[in-house]
Amino acid sequence: MASERGAGARRLADRAGKVRELGILLALLLVVAGTAFSNPRFIEAQSVRDLLLNASIVALLAVGQTIVVITRNVDLSVGSVLGLAAFLTADAFAANHELPVAVGVGFGVVIGLACGAANGLVVALGRVPSLVVTLGTLYVFRGLDFALASGQQINAADLPGSLLALGSGRLLGVPNLVLITLIVVLAAWFYLRSYRSGRQLYAMGSNPDAAVLAGIPVPRRTFTAFAVSGAIAGLAGALWAARYGTVDAAAGTGLELQVVAAVVVGGVAIFGGSGTVLGAALGALLLSTIAGSLVVVGVPAFWQQAITGALLLAAISIDRLVALRLAAALRRTRNGGA
Amino acid sequence: MARLLRWESVLVLLLVAVAVVGSVRTGGTFLSGGNLFYLGLDIAEIALIALPLTLVVVSGEIDLSVASVLGLSSALVGTLWNAGWALELILPVAVLAGALCGALNGLLVTRLGLPSLAVTIGTLALYRGLALVLLGDTAVADFPASFTQFGNTPIPGTRIPYPILLFALLAVGFAVLLHHSSFGRSTFAIGANPEAAWFSGIRVKRVKLILFVLTGAVAAVAGIVYTLRFSSARADNGNGLELAVVAAVLLGGVSIFGGKGTLGGVIAGVLLLGGLRNLLILDDVSTEVLTVVTGALLLAGVLIPRLLGSRYFPAGRKT
Repeated sequence: MASERGAGARRLADRAGKVRELGILLALLLVVAGTAFSNPRFIEAQSVRDLLLNASIVALLAVGQTIVVITRNVDLSVGSVLGLAAFLTADAFAANHELPVAVGVGFGVVIGLACGAANGLVVALGRVPSLVVTLGTLYVFRGLDFALASGQQINAADLPGSLLALGSGRLLGVPNLVLITLIVVLAAWFYLRSYRSGRQLYAMGSNPDAAVLAGIPVPRRTFTAFAVSGAIAGLAGALWAARYGTVDAAAGTGLELQVVAAVVVGGVAIFGGSGTVLGAALGALLLSTIAGSLVVVGVPAFWQQAITGALLLAAISIDRLVALRLAAALRRTRNGGA
Repeated sequence: MARLLRWESVLVLLLVAVAVVGSVRTGGTFLSGGNLFYLGLDIAEIALIALPLTLVVVSGEIDLSVASVLGLSSALVGTLWNAGWALELILPVAVLAGALCGALNGLLVTRLGLPSLAVTIGTLALYRGLALVLLGDTAVADFPASFTQFGNTPIPGTRIPYPILLFALLAVGFAVLLHHSSFGRSTFAIGANPEAAWFSGIRVKRVKLILFVLTGAVAAVAGIVYTLRFSSARADNGNGLELAVVAAVLLGGVSIFGGKGTLGGVIAGVLLLGGLRNLLILDDVSTEVLTVVTGALLLAGVLIPRLLGSRYFPAGRKT
């Protein structure tokens, strides 16, 4: 009886999750169709490639953020971690042109991992809200970035061609960065849905007290979630250097806002416990498509931040209403099953 | 002993230490009237916003949109001035707009039951975005001296900047509100246990809504002070200032979990933050290092009371 009830509830939750992702896809289609109607060049191969490329770094960060947010935490430091990793990676490549690309990118990942581990340690051991911790480290990491960069900027001319080729290259017409993002999204998606420790992250987020009682090693999982988020931000930083070629200490400033917006628009509940990395990546794609579409239809760039904020508010409000309805539906299922 | 262990006492000791170290390092300049005047101006906006934000955090919520409201208020002042309005009319309109911003935060939090963190990250972007829509990247700087002097001159015959006089008046008001009124007792009760507060007849939603409205209004006042102080209305005024304000409030011993804190502690926190900033500025330290220090103080503000024991943050409560 209990398993039957559980299955019913899971089906319902599954359906709600799918509906959310379908909703984002629908919104995406509407934005693309509307913009293409006013300017058909919006859906030419090159501009679609640009759209995907623009979304890829935010989508990557959104994957790490999702892993943190489903545990009912938040990582506001991702933009600063990206900036620090981007500068140090670019600096390493500038100093040594013979550096193999994989090693250099790995270096960026390690820097991100270290930042994420610092966040995770303070959150897990200090039992301090992650909001406060990562608001603090947002500024600490950025300040570190500025101190290390001390005013210098690394230009594309300083970087080896191998790194820049990674940023601008394509495989079968798809930009490398988009492929890397897809691989990370799929890996995280598979981990979160199929591995026990992945499912435990959801359990922690939906009911922290129950997770402790169920024997989930909450501090360790929390630490891992932040470490992974940091590592992914580090990877994003290395790719940022590869893509733009020009890196100063301000790289990625304010990006955390777009990432949190993407995650929330993508249907990841800010209360933890539900959402998928697929949805978050689609959320990032939707936001960057809207930004691109605003440019195409001639809305001044100054409107962009206001629209991001309004979308974020709309998304959390809708998310709340959906959650309330889902809770009511689950209650009904339970009563029906009993 | 218990008295010595109080966080506020620790803060006062730290303040004394900063004053002593500052005086020694700068050969007395640190405590001179001229330097204290600049210190006062430097912390004016942080100090103003910290007052209502203390009450918000005591009630168990947070408002990260305060610096954006400051920017929006500044942009509104500039826009209306460009449109030919009189400053006497613009200033109350700007404060009203700030109160409306706070009301939107409060309504989303209380009516929809959304977490204030998520709501105010959203409005942080929205309000800053609206400021950009109003003024773009231009600056309005042609305000009459009769107004801008309030932002950057001392009260005649003293070394006290006008904004600090304003802060002192508001501080008395907020201290009475928080520590000597039934509204303040309700605020503590809500932060300690919202359900229990509701069952004991406290109108939880209304109290929180009022607190958000007050915070928005004071953030707008800080926007006006900022605009007059630099004689410059810009959409990006006060960018990132929310960090300093939250840091000052938490450093002042207010529990991020709600229900605990004193306005006196927060004022000590603001002074400590301002004193350290001032010392670093006197040492010609770059603004980036100032930011690192602010971030580190924020972390210290939450971690140290935590490590000192459960006296300040009873375990087991979650935000």
